[in-house]
Amino acid sequence: MNRTAKRTLRSARLAWPWLVLIIISAILILLRDSYPQIIAYPDGLTLPLADWVNVGADWFIAHAQSFFRALAEGLGFAFILVQNILTGLPWLTLALIVALVAWQGGGNRLAALSVAGLLYVLISGYWVQTMNTLSLVVVALPLAVILGFAFGYLGYRSKAARKIIMPVLDLMQTIPAFAYLIPILLLFGFGPVVGLVASVIFAAPPMVRNTVLGFQSIPPAILESARMSGCTGWQRFLWAELPTAWRQMLIGINQTTMATLSMIIIAAIIGGFEDIGWEVLSSMRKAQFGQSLMSGLVIVVLAILLDRITSAYAARQLPTASFAGLPTLHFFGLIVVVTGLSIAASYVIPGLWRWPEWAVWSPAQDINKWTETFLIRYGSAMDTLKNTATYFVLLPVKIGLEKAIVPFTWGVTFVPAAKTAYWAIATLFCLVAFALGAWRLGIALIIGLAFLYFGATGLPWVSVLGFAMLLAYQLGGWRLAAFVGGSTAYLLVNGIWQQAMLSVYLCSVAVLICIVFGGLLGIWGASSKWASNVIRPINDMLQTLPQFVLLIPALMLFQVGEFTALLAIVAYAIVPMVRYTEFGLRSVSPTLIDAGISSGCSPWQLFWQVRLPQALPQILIGMNQTVLYALGMLVIAALVGTTGLGQLIFLALGRADAGAGLVAGLGMALLAMTVDRILQAVVRRM
Amino acid sequence: MPESSNAAAAKVAPKKAKLSVRNLWKVYGTDPEGVTSGGFAEMPLERKLSHVRDADHFVAAADVSFDVAEGEIFVIMGLSGSGKSTVLRCLSRLVEPTKGEVFLDGEDLLKANPRGLIELRRHKMGMVFQDFGLLPHLDVVQNVAFPLKAQRRPREERRALAREMIELVGLKGKESSYPHELSGGQQQRVGIARSLAANPELWFLDEPFSALDPLIRSQMQDEFLRLQKQLLKTIIFVTHDFLEALKLADRICIMKDGQIVQIGTPAEIVLHPADAYVREFIGDVPLANVLAAEDVMAPAHEDGKDHPQVQRRTILDEAIKLFDDNTVTVDVVDDDGHVVGALHPLAVIRALYHDDIVADI
Ligand SMILES: Nc1ncnc2c1ncn2[C@@H]1O[C@H](COP(=O)(O)OP(=O)(O)OP(=O)(O)O)[C@@H](O)[C@H]1O
Ligand SMILES: [Mg+2]
Repeated sequence: MNRTAKRTLRSARLAWPWLVLIIISAILILLRDSYPQIIAYPDGLTLPLADWVNVGADWFIAHAQSFFRALAEGLGFAFILVQNILTGLPWLTLALIVALVAWQGGGNRLAALSVAGLLYVLISGYWVQTMNTLSLVVVALPLAVILGFAFGYLGYRSKAARKIIMPVLDLMQTIPAFAYLIPILLLFGFGPVVGLVASVIFAAPPMVRNTVLGFQSIPPAILESARMSGCTGWQRFLWAELPTAWRQMLIGINQTTMATLSMIIIAAIIGGFEDIGWEVLSSMRKAQFGQSLMSGLVIVVLAILLDRITSAYAARQLPTASFAGLPTLHFFGLIVVVTGLSIAASYVIPGLWRWPEWAVWSPAQDINKWTETFLIRYGSAMDTLKNTATYFVLLPVKIGLEKAIVPFTWGVTFVPAAKTAYWAIATLFCLVAFALGAWRLGIALIIGLAFLYFGATGLPWVSVLGFAMLLAYQLGGWRLAAFVGGSTAYLLVNGIWQQAMLSVYLCSVAVLICIVFGGLLGIWGASSKWASNVIRPINDMLQTLPQFVLLIPALMLFQVGEFTALLAIVAYAIVPMVRYTEFGLRSVSPTLIDAGISSGCSPWQLFWQVRLPQALPQILIGMNQTVLYALGMLVIAALVGTTGLGQLIFLALGRADAGAGLVAGLGMALLAMTVDRILQAVVRRM
Repeated sequence: MPESSNAAAAKVAPKKAKLSVRNLWKVYGTDPEGVTSGGFAEMPLERKLSHVRDADHFVAAADVSFDVAEGEIFVIMGLSGSGKSTVLRCLSRLVEPTKGEVFLDGEDLLKANPRGLIELRRHKMGMVFQDFGLLPHLDVVQNVAFPLKAQRRPREERRALAREMIELVGLKGKESSYPHELSGGQQQRVGIARSLAANPELWFLDEPFSALDPLIRSQMQDEFLRLQKQLLKTIIFVTHDFLEALKLADRICIMKDGQIVQIGTPAEIVLHPADAYVREFIGDVPLANVLAAEDVMAPAHEDGKDHPQVQRRTILDEAIKLFDDNTVTVDVVDDDGHVVGALHPLAVIRALYHDDIVADI
């Protein structure tokens, strides 16, 4: 008994800063009814940062707009040119060119895949929309690649430039793309050009990274031998550096292509024209799920084809590649001949020029009917599922058990006795943990249970600030604490605290689900080759698809609402969790496992005591990625009705309010960076 | 000792120096120029070293001076990090020396402007690298022709020259292979062919055979010697393998911590190591294979009798086979058959057991 008491005291001594914060929070909570500003950050203490940004932006736009509008005209001209070519040429010609390009990169199989994909596009009747989207990609991609290459090469040549470029890239990839759509919107006016510019900016970073990486990993002996061969600087660049870095750059081009497509699709939100993103979005808004599914599949086809073809060209550069295609000159010759012949053929047979109406077959109406029937038959089951999740998971995290437990939702009232029992059990858990010497567990338990009780939106902001900074300090010292404190303060003084906490709520639920189910899937994948073969292509697919598309099935089944958003976020953010868990478990060294087995571990013990601890760092990296993915998807999920920062950005987009959009976007980036740095500190301490 | 190395230099390198290195320094750090200016020139060597090190700078080459004669194989030998590559790269200015002079045919290489430097590299220098440095996207012919392409020679001419070189290094038949399809030894043959393609006068090799396994290495060394018999380049060869140095070198330069410890012919080095560092290397060298009769001979033994005769450059391993119970001494003769010295059993034994008294016999 005496020993237990001693251990409890020792735990309390170690945990004292936490205990102090807990007591302060408890007092704040007791006072919250008399002082509402304890929960809601007082308006009087906010800074009009968004207004300042707008003043600055207005000034800049007033002075620079004519320049940017001229640029927009130039880009618009290029786009219309390409669009006219792509929509003007016979489908036969374009399909043949795509098939040939695919064949040259990856042989018969890839060519067959391309033909099948294009046939789907033709038959489903979205050819023109697809060509419109493709024209944007065709104009944006070279610009993004050139821009990315220029900055990447600069970063390779100059260390000073690299020091600026790399953090900017990090920031660009955490700020939601929507947030910088707004200034682009203001500078370039409306229309397809905005999406074009946005996708150039959004898609350039992977090219920059891969360019830097490619050039930096040129073996020094190659550079030296080029110099010793008497190359001038220009010859060395053209004949030695560029060809050696080329493969890595092709990987960059692949990633940039996917990002371009993704952004061009998303940009439909700010006003589409007749492109495929707009098709999906407007049919989604009209609740025509058949149409949105069919057009969504077109996006899937586009994404897969662009991905496979560009990565085939990258793989062809490997020294071990078996497929080389035709010599370049012959290949271009062939293209010219095929183009000529097919155009001639299309003159004769009009059906080869315009895909005939009678050959269009779209089951969209049928899908709508099936969905309806399905919903009528199983609607109540789906509702039950949705309501259960909402009442028992979403609501408690959002507004806390104290408000979530009412007769309407749980069928019971949260009577004072039950509340007392809740706190008694929480305190008891904590004490037991303290007595066992596990003070961290005790603190985590009590904070977790308090979080669940008051909900993300019912916490005193002072407490959140305090706990976040304390955690950051204990994990990573003063610098991390200052960063976390600064980020939190940013959210507070900009008056977006409420929305930030709503984002935190939805994200944390999504991330938790991802961790549990993603972790299980990862374990399953690591335990059987067969499972891994099933999971991998699904993961690949989820990652290649423009995020937008993931909304469609969720929306079909569950209509607008937070549950739908949750599903879409989970579908997207679960991928890294599965991947890293499987990878971590698989890369535990066989020697260690043998050692475990020979010391008599049961499979169960082997898993918990050998494999899991060894895989933990990888799993944590996976979790970190999952958080970042979830935050990234949050903005897109705002389309189907969520509240929080994503919605703020969205509203700002509608009003073309650059200040509000950027403030909320930066808030989101700061949230992401905070979680990222804290988790990285955890990994470092392991 | 100094006399003996001068004598050796006169013996092996009778011609005028092709390449002269004078007081070469390479200092790494934040401000190498600043650290080595001011009163630096007047300081004695020890002061210079401590001065630079006190300023938190790193000396990769310290006051390096040597001459290389035309057609000579000059080997720089030392442990890893001793500054061999640094010195070699200073000669080709892949690394800019901090201080010093490098004369090629009396002209200071370090004064060449960028354009002149490119011309020098195109026409006067060839270099072979430890990890080959072949361009992965070019086939063998294109790799070998690469320096000629940089000179903008016509395509047919450079391919013809490249084919010649490929045949010279014994790679005929592999012309259209890519580097990843070749073994390490074959890749280095390509590297060698490339370095010779522009017919340079100076041939730099930085541990060319270190990445190869022992059997191939020794084969490549033989080929290297065969090539040099034919080509007579002026060669600077870097290695950390003492046996390789002994096998290939006309003269060896041993380096330690950026400084030259000793320069001499292989025989001089093994017979008169300058210090404990050098003696370490000699440790278990099979001296009978390194030393020649002339290295350990005494003045001619004139007792009017006939003795067995041995050519002066015969290695001891061969020469000692002439000794039997009745042989007191063996005559050492030169190419014309004149007796130039005598080989005493005792002297041979002492030489083979690293006994320094040899010189006094
Ligand atoms: N750019 C640099 N900056 C700082 N120090 C350097 C630099 N390059 C080389 N050095 C140092 O100079 C020293 C000599 O390097 P060098 O490459 O000449 O050695 P080496 O004798 O060729 O060794 P090895 O057998 O490993 O090739 C090494 O200690 C190295 O760390
Ligand atoms: Mg070296």
